[in-house]
Amino acid sequence: MTSSSAPSSSPSHRPPRVGLFCTCLVDTIRPSVGFAAAKLLAEAGCEVDVPRQTCCGQPAFNSGDRATARVFAEQTIAAFESFDYVVAPSGSCAGMMKAHYPELFAGEPDAMIRAERFCAKVFELVSFLVDVLGVTRVCARYDGVVTYHDSCSGLRELKVRDQPRALLASVEGLTLNEMADADTCCGFGGTFCVKYPAISDAIVGKKASNIAASGADTLVAGDLGCLMNMAGKLQREGQDIAVRHVAEVLAGMGDQPAIGVARKG
Amino acid sequence: MTVAITSPHLKENAAEALKDAQLQEALAKVGPGFIGKRRAAADKMPEFEALRDSARDIKTHTLAHLDLYLEQFEEKVRAAGGHVHFAVDAADARAIITDICKRLGARTVTKGKSMISEEIGLNDHLEAQGILPVETDLGEYLIQIRHETPSHIIAPAIHLNKRQVEADFRRVHTDLPADRDLTEPTALLAEARGELRQKFLMADVGITGANFLIAETGTSVLVTNEGNGDLTQTLPKAHIVLASLEKLVPTLEDATQLLRVLARSATGQDMSVYTSFSTGPRRADDPDGPGEYHVVLLDNGRSAMLQGDLREMLRCIRCGACMNHCPVYHAIGGHAYGWVYPGPMGAVLTPSLIGVEKGANLPNASTFCGRCEEVCPVRIPLPKLMRHWREKEFERHLTPAPQRYGLKVWGFLATRGWLYRPATRLAMKALALLGGTRGRFSSLPLAGGWTRYRDFPAPEGDTFQAQWRARKASNRSTAA
Ligand code: SF4
Repeated sequence: MTSSSAPSSSPSHRPPRVGLFCTCLVDTIRPSVGFAAAKLLAEAGCEVDVPRQTCCGQPAFNSGDRATARVFAEQTIAAFESFDYVVAPSGSCAGMMKAHYPELFAGEPDAMIRAERFCAKVFELVSFLVDVLGVTRVCARYDGVVTYHDSCSGLRELKVRDQPRALLASVEGLTLNEMADADTCCGFGGTFCVKYPAISDAIVGKKASNIAASGADTLVAGDLGCLMNMAGKLQREGQDIAVRHVAEVLAGMGDQPAIGVARKG
Repeated sequence: MTVAITSPHLKENAAEALKDAQLQEALAKVGPGFIGKRRAAADKMPEFEALRDSARDIKTHTLAHLDLYLEQFEEKVRAAGGHVHFAVDAADARAIITDICKRLGARTVTKGKSMISEEIGLNDHLEAQGILPVETDLGEYLIQIRHETPSHIIAPAIHLNKRQVEADFRRVHTDLPADRDLTEPTALLAEARGELRQKFLMADVGITGANFLIAETGTSVLVTNEGNGDLTQTLPKAHIVLASLEKLVPTLEDATQLLRVLARSATGQDMSVYTSFSTGPRRADDPDGPGEYHVVLLDNGRSAMLQGDLREMLRCIRCGACMNHCPVYHAIGGHAYGWVYPGPMGAVLTPSLIGVEKGANLPNASTFCGRCEEVCPVRIPLPKLMRHWREKEFERHLTPAPQRYGLKVWGFLATRGWLYRPATRLAMKALALLGGTRGRFSSLPLAGGWTRYRDFPAPEGDTFQAQWRARKASNRSTAA
């Protein structure tokens, strides 16, 4: 991996200390995404650690339970505020922390300032690599035709769009084929997909046809929730398309079983 | 037609909509049609984003001083010889309008497209009073002869296809030759024009909505693509403008600023085909125009919104861009939302107008993808306002029980890391064992909503945090 510039806002003598916010889904369902993220960050010169953590609180926040969301926010801030940066392999969780934490402390000036200081350090993984660390290419190989889905929170709350495409273009052997409507929601929507499963299914159905029509053999995106949704639909429809988190492909870990595929042996 | 509220049954409505092949065929065209056109219109105009800021600011300013502008507007309308009527609620507005119609002995009323008319259920009410309302916007005319409600705020008949329209025309226009050729859309349009022309001449009163009401001049502004609004407002004895309070803007200049983002956001046109400004009744030397000019200003809950957290919603200029870009709207169409206003703007507005008890499904049925906010010309933070309703629902214990308890149990565990981390380790290891050979599940207890339509991936094994700590410990011991 090559960086065009040294990381900026940490004292120049030591590498930036990054707290990896692994996200609930990566923690439980697909730890390899966490290791891929840690590898990418370490290769870009960061010192990575994973403090004890649970959830960013988004499910509570989006279900209207602000009080519980606030508890999650307090815990997360306490666990991560000693780091130079807080990085998550998810636009959705990073978006929650960066765009919404301060409003949870409305009317509490001290807590609000603390939350604002915290959210200034929060980044989504790939945009952190490109925009903050100045990474321009990765040393990885992936032999396949890949299509990239823009997950909504990353795209709209954090402006993650060109960064993953730029790094994917540097992966040896990889061809990027854009699908139609790559920036249209996949229908996951957190609890939405279980509250309104039939509507969610109609939305992910359209997404699955766009993915298949792109001619790609691999789908990548930056959010495990969306990936599980799309993988689950593609598999239910019997489509032979591998689904992977963008961090795995960028970290050269694209040879492990894809999402929802059994380990061999 | 009066809209029966079926919002509490959004799920059932959606299930019907998803099965309806004709509707799905019509909906498939919504996204590609509107999205590309708006994009092209916005790209052509370098100052488009700045214009959106200014549109937002104009509306925010107006709402902050709405009382002043309402006063000024009333004064100017009066000075031009017109009348302003304030209607507290739907019943009030209906009564004001029927009184005017009755005083003039009206038998037929032509109508321009007006969502407020739908909101107050005006047509049914007029019919019950023996007054015949005739919708003159082609889309509104179609749904009127089908006894339906609009499924979109700017394209009310977007759920219909050409074959359905042809069948309806043959059913309703029985005085025309049965063997006429209606295969071309232009033939359908010509036939509707012919039918409506007679009605325009018969009408005693014309009722239109308004896109803007200009305080400095007392003018109502109406945009249409068919020119039906002009005929509706100039030919009859009286023109009644039916509009809600938030349509006010301070000046003519402000109205033109907003017009610059309205059509571009709605249909991708630079301007709608007709933009008509009406100020007062016909003056002595005017060649034509109505003898009376009335503005009925509907509150119906809006002044309460003005005081509260939903104030930003009153910036809405009803362009329809939010629904044109909404994946949920694309999937289920407008009728499934179960009342007058569909899509993201409906999801915010409906609970304020019919109550959160009945309307709570709407703000919940959103993926929060944020595309509505991204395109809204007046930058209304629609997801934030939908979340506001979810909070109200949660506070008032209206959230459905399984969801509430699910959330409680998860919240209890996950805010106690010492309990949560070992529990998830155990659960993931068990699931990994169960699903490991296939790599995924096609059914899972407690996850039926998911696995009914999709497979669920088996976890890899131990949690990331546990593995990370184990690796760190072993690195430390090898280093030592
Ligand atoms: S909420 Fe915004 S996008 Fe939707 S109709 Fe109103 S102005 Fe248009």
